[in-house]
Amino acid sequence: MGEGSAMSDYVRYIDKTREYYLAEGYKTPYKWAHFEDIPFARLEKPLAQCRLGLVTTSDVAALNESGERERHDKATLIGNVYSIPFDTPAERLFSRNEHYDRYTTNLDDVNSYCPVTRMRELAAEGRIGGVAPRFHGVYTSYSQRVTMERDAPEVLKRCREDGVDAVLLTPV
Amino acid sequence: MIFGTARDIVEYVGVPRFVFTDFPLGNPCGRPFEPAMQREIIEAGLRLLENATAPAPTIVTPYVWSEDDSWKRLIFTKERPFLEGEAYEHWMQAKQKYRELKKENKI
Repeated sequence: MGEGSAMSDYVRYIDKTREYYLAEGYKTPYKWAHFEDIPFARLEKPLAQCRLGLVTTSDVAALNESGERERHDKATLIGNVYSIPFDTPAERLFSRNEHYDRYTTNLDDVNSYCPVTRMRELAAEGRIGGVAPRFHGVYTSYSQRVTMERDAPEVLKRCREDGVDAVLLTPV
Repeated sequence: MIFGTARDIVEYVGVPRFVFTDFPLGNPCGRPFEPAMQREIIEAGLRLLENATAPAPTIVTPYVWSEDDSWKRLIFTKERPFLEGEAYEHWMQAKQKYRELKKENKI
C-alpha cells in the first residue's frame, strides 16, 4: 500500500471480524463472496438522459401518517426484496439496522446511507435524467446462494421494470 | 455503483464501480445531516459512472471522520462489542432462523 500515514489507514474488517469471532468461540471463519470475473457495462447515454435506481441493504422502512412502520415493505416483499416509493419524504424513512458503529455514529439521517433526497435533487437539477418510481431494499441473508439465486434476480427484475439505466447500491 | 465504508470487503468481493469513504460503518454516503458532503460523494460516483470504461479502481473520497481515529482501532474489540444486548439477541435469532430453514431445505 504505502499510501498515507498509519492514521489514514482504513479498517481491515475481514481480518478484524475473523479475530473477533474466533475469540467469541466461533471456529469457522466467515467466507466472504469473491468473484474473479467482475461484470461491467458502460453507460450508454449522457447521465442527464439516464434514469437512476437505488438499491440498499440498510433496512430502510417508512413510517405512516400516525408514525407507525408502514407495511408496504411486507406487501412488496418477495424473498428478502421489498420496495418503497421513491417520493417518500426522507423524514418518514428510517433504519433499525444494528450492524453499524453505534459508538461512533448514528443512522438518524437516511441520506447518509440511502440517499433519496440527494438523488431527487440531482434529478430536479437535471444532472441525472430522473429517478426510478421506487427504490429497493434487500434484507441481508446468511446464504450467499439465496442472495445469488433468489434475491439478486428479483432486484434485477424490478430494476428492469423501473426502466433504470444505472443503479446506486448502498449498505449501512 | 457501490458506496461503502468497508474497503477491504468490497474490493475482495470485486465490483465494477466503488466509491469509498473512510467513515465508520453506517454512513457510506456522507456524514449525517451534511448534505453538501453527501452531494460530493454521490457526485464522485456519477463521474465514475460517466467515465469508467472497465471495472474501475476504487475512488477514495477526501473526507476524514475525525482527528481522533481510535474508532478504527476499537471496532470489533471487547471494549466495543459489535452487537450487545437486544442487537445480539436479534442476530442470534436470525442465525437460528437460517439454520432451521436450511434444515428444512427451504434455502
